[in-house]
Amino acid sequence: MKAGLLQRAAAAPHIVWSALFILAPMVFVVYYTFTDGSGSPSLENITRLNAGNYLMILVNSLCMALIATVICFLIAYPAAFIFSRMKKKAQRLAILLIMLPLWMNFLITTYSWMTILEDTGVINTLLSALRLGPVHMINTPGAVICGMVFCFLPYMILPIYSVMAGIDPKLIEAAADLGCSPAQTFAKVIWPLSLGGVISGITMVFVPSVSTFYISQKLGGGTFQLIGDTIESYFTGTAVNYHFGAALSLILMVLILISMAVMNRFGEGEGGEIR
Amino acid sequence: MKKLSGAYLVLLFGFLYAPLLVMIMISFNGGESTAHMTGVSLRWYREMFKDAATLQAFKNTLTLSVSAALVSTFLGTLAAVGIERMRSARLKALVMSITNIPMMNPDIVTGISLMLLFVFMAGLIGYTPVLSFWTLLIAHISFCLPYVILSVLPKLRQMDKSLPEAAMDLGCTPLQSFLRVELPFISPGILTGFIMAFTLSFDDFVISNFTSGAGFETLTIHIFAMIKKSVKPDIYALSTLIFAAVLLLLLVYDLLGGREEDMAV
Amino acid sequence: MEKKTIIQLKNVSKSFGSTRVLTDMDLEIRDDEFLTLLGPSGCGKTTTLRIIAGFETPDQGEVLFDGRVINDLPPYKRNVNTVFQRYALFPNLNVYENIAFGLRLKKPSEAEVSEKVKEMLRLVDLQGFEKRDVSTLSGGQQQRVAIARALIMRPRVLLLDEPLGALDLKLRKDMQIELKNIRKKTGISVVYVTHDQEEALSMSDTVVVMHDGIIQQIGAPTDIYNEPANAYVADFIGESNILDGVMEGDLRVRLAGRSFECVDKGFAKDEPVDVVVRPEDVDVTAPENGMLTGLVTEVTFMGVHYEIIVEIGGFKWMIQTTDRVPAGSRIGIYIEPDAIHVMKKSKYSDMFGDYSSYSSEHEQLSENTEEEDK
Repeated sequence: MKAGLLQRAAAAPHIVWSALFILAPMVFVVYYTFTDGSGSPSLENITRLNAGNYLMILVNSLCMALIATVICFLIAYPAAFIFSRMKKKAQRLAILLIMLPLWMNFLITTYSWMTILEDTGVINTLLSALRLGPVHMINTPGAVICGMVFCFLPYMILPIYSVMAGIDPKLIEAAADLGCSPAQTFAKVIWPLSLGGVISGITMVFVPSVSTFYISQKLGGGTFQLIGDTIESYFTGTAVNYHFGAALSLILMVLILISMAVMNRFGEGEGGEIR
Repeated sequence: MKKLSGAYLVLLFGFLYAPLLVMIMISFNGGESTAHMTGVSLRWYREMFKDAATLQAFKNTLTLSVSAALVSTFLGTLAAVGIERMRSARLKALVMSITNIPMMNPDIVTGISLMLLFVFMAGLIGYTPVLSFWTLLIAHISFCLPYVILSVLPKLRQMDKSLPEAAMDLGCTPLQSFLRVELPFISPGILTGFIMAFTLSFDDFVISNFTSGAGFETLTIHIFAMIKKSVKPDIYALSTLIFAAVLLLLLVYDLLGGREEDMAV
Repeated sequence: MEKKTIIQLKNVSKSFGSTRVLTDMDLEIRDDEFLTLLGPSGCGKTTTLRIIAGFETPDQGEVLFDGRVINDLPPYKRNVNTVFQRYALFPNLNVYENIAFGLRLKKPSEAEVSEKVKEMLRLVDLQGFEKRDVSTLSGGQQQRVAIARALIMRPRVLLLDEPLGALDLKLRKDMQIELKNIRKKTGISVVYVTHDQEEALSMSDTVVVMHDGIIQQIGAPTDIYNEPANAYVADFIGESNILDGVMEGDLRVRLAGRSFECVDKGFAKDEPVDVVVRPEDVDVTAPENGMLTGLVTEVTFMGVHYEIIVEIGGFKWMIQTTDRVPAGSRIGIYIEPDAIHVMKKSKYSDMFGDYSSYSSEHEQLSENTEEEDK
């Protein structure tokens, strides 16, 4: 039918747009990676990755992101569980409150964290008043992870909450009826069913954590660099080098893709039992 | 158990709202510092309204976010309809995975990849300055599109396939049927998509950082530039106002959404 | 008196991918006729309806409306209207606007719309519901809105796709009567799709029994019930004992090891045939008076009657009787000649055995799953 064809063609502008501004830019990342300043093919950018401490930075970033992701998960999972058991109205309010900080500019909130964590900041003022002495927090890896957890925690809570809220309470009753203890019910019913949410939560926290560049600058005080900072410096800093910056981005992208693939495999294996 | 979870939630929300609380407090600071309170005043709110650069950046951001949200909502809704009607499952899967790229990619990679494209293309046609409002707009539309598509698609899937057929059965042409029956049905999804696109665009810093030029400064870029030097509490005053506006909007949206849900029962 | 044909399907075939859903279908829908397409899910009945409505185009064959080929006419240009399975009411419009929907497209005056909608509301007995949101209506009320919305277009033929499938039993019976009344008042032709054989028999002028995309039999309800064309129809419509028999000549058939008088003729001598005996046509007698004798193996009380299973020579008969017969007793049975219906052998002949696996509980279960499939 002609009309059906027209409706299927409705996706055409989007497809053209995606080709121009999603796929083509990816091609350019690859193109810049394998060319030098004059535009001729070169592997210089790849070999340069071996030199210097770029691999160190990369490993560092992955570790920091991993720690932040694990902490987010540990905080988010019980929170999502508590939310999913509240009354409907309370659930709506709780989710609203979780989403609200997302709407705030993270540059500002990160800056606020500086005020809180500084040697003469809010926490240390409180600690001093209690004679617990000042504790040095700012410009440490801990401060950077705190900033990451703050920025990305809602992205872990929301997907886990939404799958947990979708679990039919009758399933939990059925498990109890069939002789599961609360711990067994959790292990055999709630955990496998919430796994999908956990995996999308991990993705949504890990990807931005590993590539962030502003949080580490402010809360880490420039004492150490993450891969995001390094990439940014090659595009907007003083030592601009698009080609090497592109190479770093390509490596980052490949690393993330590998992590995602590994995690999805892991998720499939776990979820397979229940399906 | 109840008490334990209550305490847990207090700690959680304490953590999430501590920086916002600090931000709101400092915005009423009488002194110059962003770290210590010296008296309470509205001084920084007055200053903020006098700061032409900040106000201009705010206006720019609104222009950009509304444009990006409108275009991506239009393109995204069309795309969702097209994708839903695709007969070939393989083509559908391909288009969906391309659609998902900006969501899966780190923002920084999306940003620099677009920047490289713009720089290269501008180099080819010898156009300067490379980065402008238009490159920023293209970038924002690109990363908003998937979110619009993903909010409209479920609504299309929910729709009883007999609805458009019933409309045609009663004499509607396919276009009339789309406008009179399908569009009203999927409009909540379109609205959600628009709001998501607007807020994503309004809040974006990372991608804007790589795709905006000197001539057009958004709020986040402006804040970033200010923070590099020294921050005055006036930026906190602006953020507090934005916070209040967002809170209000969310409450209104929640109330409207709540009523709609009651009606559906 | 032959009524005028409105819609005609000629040699219509349709496949979805590699699945054949209709094969060489011939069908006529006449003026003022209530025609029911009856069959299990997947038999092609809904596809037939959708071809008539214009939502599907046949791969082969022709669809004619008043003698004109309309294969490529889109649904919005056809003078037929559909009542959909789950009603498909427009959720963004209230009852009044739902009913007025099709009319408004013709841009009539507001007074005309109001008058016609009122007339329809009266017809389906929904006065006072104009401003109601359709989602607040009960299933039966939504059904009426769907009927009114279609009828306001004054279609030549009204198409109903399992319209009562979602209603509970009591409401279903009420709506069946109501539908019949509405039809009587409007004199419109109806094509009705259902998998419920009782509904088909009680409502229709003509029943079309379908299976695997092929019409098994077309006829009046009494003909379909009393003279099923083959074992499939006999089994699908009502309960039946289907036995292997051999014609001994005109008006005589041999089954269950005995010769019976029957009313069928025109078969070859010694031709193997299928024989149908309806459970209610078998009389229970004392063993010494019976044409056949057997052992009662199971008795189920059904309210009006008992359903008993009797084993006679290895074949389990189902018999409906109002007399109480204890399980384990020996009885005789008597069959009138006109209770025996002889059919030609068909590909369905060996698919239906006796009632050896019969259990009333099992019967009910399978009926439920079929409805859920819808």
